[in-house]
Amino acid sequence: MCALCGVLGGPEHWTDATPRPGIFTRNTDAAARRRERLHRVAAANRVLKHFGMSLADWQGSAFVLSTATGKTEIVDNIAHLWMSAERLLGRPCDPLDPALIVRMEREIG
Amino acid sequence: MAEAVADLTPVTLITGFLGSGKTTLLQRLLLDPALADTAVLINELGEIGLDHHLLERIDDTMVMLQSGCVCCTIRGELSAAIKNLHSRREQGTLPPFRRLVIESTGLADPFPILSTVRSDPVLQHHFTLGNVITTVDAVNGSRQLDTQPESVKQAAVADRLVLTKTDLSDRDTAERLIKRLRRINPEAPLWCSSKDVVDANLLVERCFGQAEIASFPEDEQQDHSHINDISSLALSLAEPIDWTRFGIWMTMLVHRHGNELLRVKGILNIAGSETPVAIHAVQHLVHPPRHLGAWPDAERRSRIVFISRGLSPSAIQRSFRAFSMPSICR
Repeated sequence: MCALCGVLGGPEHWTDATPRPGIFTRNTDAAARRRERLHRVAAANRVLKHFGMSLADWQGSAFVLSTATGKTEIVDNIAHLWMSAERLLGRPCDPLDPALIVRMEREIG
Repeated sequence: MAEAVADLTPVTLITGFLGSGKTTLLQRLLLDPALADTAVLINELGEIGLDHHLLERIDDTMVMLQSGCVCCTIRGELSAAIKNLHSRREQGTLPPFRRLVIESTGLADPFPILSTVRSDPVLQHHFTLGNVITTVDAVNGSRQLDTQPESVKQAAVADRLVLTKTDLSDRDTAERLIKRLRRINPEAPLWCSSKDVVDANLLVERCFGQAEIASFPEDEQQDHSHINDISSLALSLAEPIDWTRFGIWMTMLVHRHGNELLRVKGILNIAGSETPVAIHAVQHLVHPPRHLGAWPDAERRSRIVFISRGLSPSAIQRSFRAFSMPSICR
């Protein structure tokens, strides 16, 4: 269900496309799905830590987003991650924020 | 280089400002054998549909939507009309059309139309988005770009641009307009309808062909330009991109700036993938990434174009690199 509008059977997220001819996806089999899921959590945490937040896998079916003060929210898929993060934080998570870009640049060396 | 993308019916959108020649183009396309099995939906502003009188081929696969602008009032009607066509095709009361063409009103914002096809719980399983073809009037196009924000957006989101009425415009005016369109949308192939042979196949087929990729920047690291607050940024990178990190970044960018991000299109050199991945987004709508069969040339470079309104191209470039590149120590 779409967390934004409540419509059942919303579109698949493009990062999690169903395997079909011509489509690039890592959602191909159980092992690849699991590996990509863990990689995705790590990639999200690389950004979320700058907001004092963290993401964890929840039984391979959802994610748990947490703040440093213990507020948590279940996130169905990556499409809803940033909406939930902004709601818990109370401010925007902007990838074009110059201060955030500088911090991310330091990480890639 | 077109790869098969499941067995879904492609939906082509023909858009363009009022009087820019959408119906004339559609008329020409429908005469081409390549579009023989095509159903057509026409949306018109106002109570009485007029455009269909100009079309020569009206049959059961053509439905008129007459109750208003498709982008703001009749998305439900658009969805119902497409479902109706699909249902009749399945029942065998319509010929088994292989393609659907929607002609929007001149005032329509293309995004909600695309979003309807992509997001509707039923339509997404039977239809896939094809190209957005935008017609631009060579005589009035510049003025419309100056005064009508919809026309700028229509040009920015186009996969194919068709400059019409070039026979009525002087050469300098047409060339200036082409330069403006190139700055708004640097990589969409452009035809002049009165002098070029408009190949229906090339217009409607969704593919990253050689010609299209050749229009992406090759040598320069980046190139950007501004017009009417619209900026385009073209990046060309040799380093492989971390797909998962790119997904996190792109999702974040689309969430925060989707309204201003008119279009993103490119091919990516993904770490661990032998062949390129094509990425295509219009505002909040990101198409499923396509895995292309081969690189267009010997250079395995990511080439990606961002067309946005009011966003800093240099910030997008820095952010893209900082978020999507693998760490050196990884």
